[in-house]
Amino acid sequence: MLPRPALVSVLVIAAAAAAILVGCATTPSDAQVSAKAAAVLKASFREQGQAKLDRLTQDDTQKTCSEYSGKALPKDIAERIEKGNLATIGWPADGKYLGDWKVGERIAQEGRGMQYSDDPKVAAGANCYACHQLAPQELSYGTIGPSLYQFGKVRGYTEENRKYAYGKIWNAEAYNACTNMPRFGHSGILNAQQVKDVVALLMDPDSPVNK
Amino acid sequence: MRHHRVSIPVVALVLALATCVVQGQGSTVDEIAKYRAALQDGNPAELWEARGAALWKDKRGPKNASLEPCDLGLGAGKVKGAYAELPRYFADADRVMDLETRIVWCMVTLQGYTEADAKRGPFGGPDRKADMEAYVAFVTSESRGIKMNVGQSHPKEQEAYRLGEKMFYFRGGTHDFACATCHGEDAKRIRLQDLPNLTQKAGAQKAYTTWPAYRVSQGELRSFQWRLNDCFRQQRFPELLFASDASIALTMFLARNANGAPFDAPSIKR
Repeated sequence: MLPRPALVSVLVIAAAAAAILVGCATTPSDAQVSAKAAAVLKASFREQGQAKLDRLTQDDTQKTCSEYSGKALPKDIAERIEKGNLATIGWPADGKYLGDWKVGERIAQEGRGMQYSDDPKVAAGANCYACHQLAPQELSYGTIGPSLYQFGKVRGYTEENRKYAYGKIWNAEAYNACTNMPRFGHSGILNAQQVKDVVALLMDPDSPVNK
Repeated sequence: MRHHRVSIPVVALVLALATCVVQGQGSTVDEIAKYRAALQDGNPAELWEARGAALWKDKRGPKNASLEPCDLGLGAGKVKGAYAELPRYFADADRVMDLETRIVWCMVTLQGYTEADAKRGPFGGPDRKADMEAYVAFVTSESRGIKMNVGQSHPKEQEAYRLGEKMFYFRGGTHDFACATCHGEDAKRIRLQDLPNLTQKAGAQKAYTTWPAYRVSQGELRSFQWRLNDCFRQQRFPELLFASDASIALTMFLARNANGAPFDAPSIKR
């Protein structure tokens, strides 16, 4: 056996060598790369028009969903995101969910809004047709989201479904954590009346969506 | 019996209407495909390529020097095939550079421009043609038909790839969009515009190898830096800085994912 002081020094040297190896030889961790990517992004943009640099500061939902992109989202984390977002929904003060479907159709068609090239004084559209099929007359629709054709007719014109549609448009993360769908009310893209108008496009029996 | 006489025509009508809708959309998609095929007849990108080739030789800048000795990664003066291996690590700059960043570097070191001057006005508009887009058209045309072969041998190339991958999935802005929101699944579209899935080899290859492109709708030759810049505008992000570190990292991620496919640009797009 080595005398005690020699044993200690061997251990110290071994520990130091291990520390150096950990410091030099390992590649950066996933979290370290994420942090650096966020920092590099911040240094690589400039504010333009209405798009300021704070748009690169992620909230908890954006950060968590970025982290789990392409991976299975653990159930407890999905629940945390949904619960947190549900609490933020601005429910209508008058308790009514249905607006004017004709205005809703215009909002669903309008693609401009919130880009730095857009006039911030003009109300933003929701661009629903970019991702969803809605009224069958509109053939130019996208497929990132599901078809919403006959949304109310299929589900039923109930108060519960009207409330769900309102909540989903206001903050989709409250119902489906890490969905691709923007949080239109939560992020200030649409106001409560505009959300109601889009709800009407989906839920009014007279809307072309339900024909 | 009476019930049937009513319901069969109704069913037939519904079926006919449904067929109408499907046919309506099918023919729209077909017409767009025909339009795209017709575009391939002649590509005005050749004008940018020719202008870029001439500008490349011109003596310009405070040092009155040409860009011909510019080392794009394969050695001084070698342009053929260089783009198919970019972005890459350059020892003289000790960093990873994409094509545009490297051209800026050569404009500074060879021609004596300031970095700010070399980066000014990189995208053409209705009133002015950008020299940068001409340079890019010329250099990229010299890799046409050559297989994409972007390396990962240097640690900084590996780091750029990993950073670019993270940025691709980074959700932010008013709409919570990331690149992956639109480019992370197969066979999706915005309105009628097909979206390439850039997380899969086939999608990344098809998309990356067809930029730069002459955009018919804009009457301009558009570089890959422009493509990234305009994607972020639509993503509701602030403005991506030309030749920024994020643009280089994202380009590294996308270019390397396209490895193995023959480069086929400048192309022509709607």
